[in-house]
Amino acid sequence: MRRTLPGLTGLAAVALVLSACGGGGSTDAAGDKADHDALKATLTWWDTSDPTNEGPAFKELIKRFNAEYPNVKINYQSVPFGEAQNKFKTAAEAGEGAPDILRAEVAWVPEFAAAGHLYALDGTDVLEKNDFLETALSSDVYEGKTYGVPQVTDTLGLMYNKKLFKQAGITEAPTTWDEVKADAKLLKEKAHVDGIYLNSGGYFLLPFMYGEGGDLVDTEAKTIEVASKENKAGIAVAQDLVKSGAAPKPDANDSYGTMMTLFKEGKVAMVINGPWEVANVSKDPKFGGFENLGIAPVPAGSKGAGAPVGGHNYVVYSGMDEKKADAATAFLEFMTSPESEAYIADELGLLPTNEAAYDLVKENERVTAWKSALDVATARPWIPEGGLFFGPLDEMATKVLVQGADVSKTLDQTAAKYKADVVPEYDLP
Amino acid sequence: MSRSSAAGSGVTPGPARRGRLRRTLDKHWYAWAMVAPTIFVLGALVLYPLVRGVLQSFTNLTETNQRAEVCSKTLGGAESCTPNPDRWHWVGFDNYTDLLTGERGHFWLLFGNTIVWTLACVLLHYLIGLGLAVLLNRNFRGRSLYRVLLIVPWAVPAFVSAFAWKFLFNPKFGLINSLLMNLGLDPVEWFNHRWTAMFAAVVTNVWLGVPFMMVAILGGLQSIPSELYEAAEMDGTSPWQRFRHVTLPGLRPVSSTVILLGTIWTFNMFPIIYFVTGGQPAGETEILVTGSYRAAFEGLRNYSLAATYGVLILALLVVYAAAYRRALKSKGEVW
Repeated sequence: MRRTLPGLTGLAAVALVLSACGGGGSTDAAGDKADHDALKATLTWWDTSDPTNEGPAFKELIKRFNAEYPNVKINYQSVPFGEAQNKFKTAAEAGEGAPDILRAEVAWVPEFAAAGHLYALDGTDVLEKNDFLETALSSDVYEGKTYGVPQVTDTLGLMYNKKLFKQAGITEAPTTWDEVKADAKLLKEKAHVDGIYLNSGGYFLLPFMYGEGGDLVDTEAKTIEVASKENKAGIAVAQDLVKSGAAPKPDANDSYGTMMTLFKEGKVAMVINGPWEVANVSKDPKFGGFENLGIAPVPAGSKGAGAPVGGHNYVVYSGMDEKKADAATAFLEFMTSPESEAYIADELGLLPTNEAAYDLVKENERVTAWKSALDVATARPWIPEGGLFFGPLDEMATKVLVQGADVSKTLDQTAAKYKADVVPEYDLP
Repeated sequence: MSRSSAAGSGVTPGPARRGRLRRTLDKHWYAWAMVAPTIFVLGALVLYPLVRGVLQSFTNLTETNQRAEVCSKTLGGAESCTPNPDRWHWVGFDNYTDLLTGERGHFWLLFGNTIVWTLACVLLHYLIGLGLAVLLNRNFRGRSLYRVLLIVPWAVPAFVSAFAWKFLFNPKFGLINSLLMNLGLDPVEWFNHRWTAMFAAVVTNVWLGVPFMMVAILGGLQSIPSELYEAAEMDGTSPWQRFRHVTLPGLRPVSSTVILLGTIWTFNMFPIIYFVTGGQPAGETEILVTGSYRAAFEGLRNYSLAATYGVLILALLVVYAAAYRRALKSKGEVW
């Protein structure tokens, strides 16, 4: 029942909009209808969302799309997220077997665009008529053109267990890393659990770097900034959390899975993670539902709070027949419309990218809880090499957090690796 | 038919070589016809990629510099193409020097890991396989059941057992650490140290690889004539002496083949390292093939660097196989 109710509201919203359209003028609607019927095409869509949890909601949207455009057939194919990037590249290189539309992770877009695999969407209705969140849309822009539209956006935030906080006598979520450390001590003494689990993945350490004003590279000046003194200060804070015992020492292998299991079982009170885990956490019988889940912006460093922006975009494969262009824009327009995005937000708790959708989901706590976290979301350097940043960064995280290596030396090594393997044309400062 | 062609070549005073070729073609045309598909398939599947790979290792070819022009299409609009400013070019031995001097990647770390990994796995495969084969090579009740059970690991897809073992070794929730704790020992952070992580991978691979060795050696054991054992028994030998002087020499043809095969397979055993340790901690248990994979498929594809890894792996294995063959030959093995 809990799952169907938001669905019904979504339906009602769509119905309202449809009737609003109808009220606008019967001749217009009839003309639209004829236009919609005239559109004939088959579009293949590779969806990389989770096929059991998220897939059905997207399939439902396709059904609704077909109610409006009966002659545009969407060939829905679920492709595992982990495989999609390589699969798409291989197919696009070969010029055969690539889908017309792909759900691409934000970091893939500049990579695909640089390779010429994508259509720029400048001048199309889907881009011009919608008001997308600026940070979310920024990942689609490559060399001045826009190669996709954001489907969902996300960022990292501080997720905490309200019950454990209460046991420890903590009333407010910590807003700085120092407060995290102090709260962890309370949690250990009074609730007998670990304070925060730091995942030893490079992506999850970005808030520590952003908090001190650091970044990985400077794309304007073309310099490698990963070993800057800001980053060193930030990573030192993270290492101190582990060394001081505020955070248990993470495992080198599969620390993400360990983190989530411990959090769901109430054995650790805080984690840094994103909206994609909300449904998963609240469904777990050991956790105590969404009511028990607190969400706050990532704690701040000395220069304020900052978390990397993530999410997924719709992109159109450049090998698609131009004749299908209208059908493709119609589909993307429908999928990113405020109503569709609000439906997805209601069903799955994913954050909309269309500004107008937020008016429709004001009542949805799962979405509004992230609003403050989203305010501190920071765009990553969107360059084709972006996918290569995280291999060396993961190694750095493991060395620093798990093996207790020297922060400054390790980051210098990471910078050297960026120079050798990732962005050789950038300068080391 | 062969007679007439022989007579024909005798009459025509053509070049002798060409005549001979013609003669063999005439005589053995069906044999050539039979091997032609194989040659074609091997050429297309092995030779051509091999040559391409070697050539690529002397370039700086990556995903971005492979095309002649960079095109940008706008949906419902025009397409504009500009020549690629930095196309790939030949770089000679740069990739090799970069890799071997450690300028890029950690070749020597991976090389050391690969050697340790291969030696440990093959040694344990062979010894455990031999032990099990000797146990199973006698008559007892339920022998065939045991045989089937011992082959099961082989029938499970490698990645499935890799995930299973990864979970068993999980430091927080795994069975192995809870067993250790029940025995009053400290749990081990398996994947946080280079050698314990390697140990976990080796255990997984041993579990997977022993059945093959066992079956192969069992076949070898059954081909040793029982008269030899009887004669040895008549001479009053101890079981150990019979094993040492009858069984082991009798197994030599089988052993030499399976050890060579096992070495090559283990050397290039990708899924176990990739799925069990994932190269953790911090890339310290990566082996050469997983390094090559990461160069090729993580982020922007670096075809040339991956090809260089491939050529180096091939070179190592060729050297090994040649040395191995020589060593066997000196022992009088026909191989």
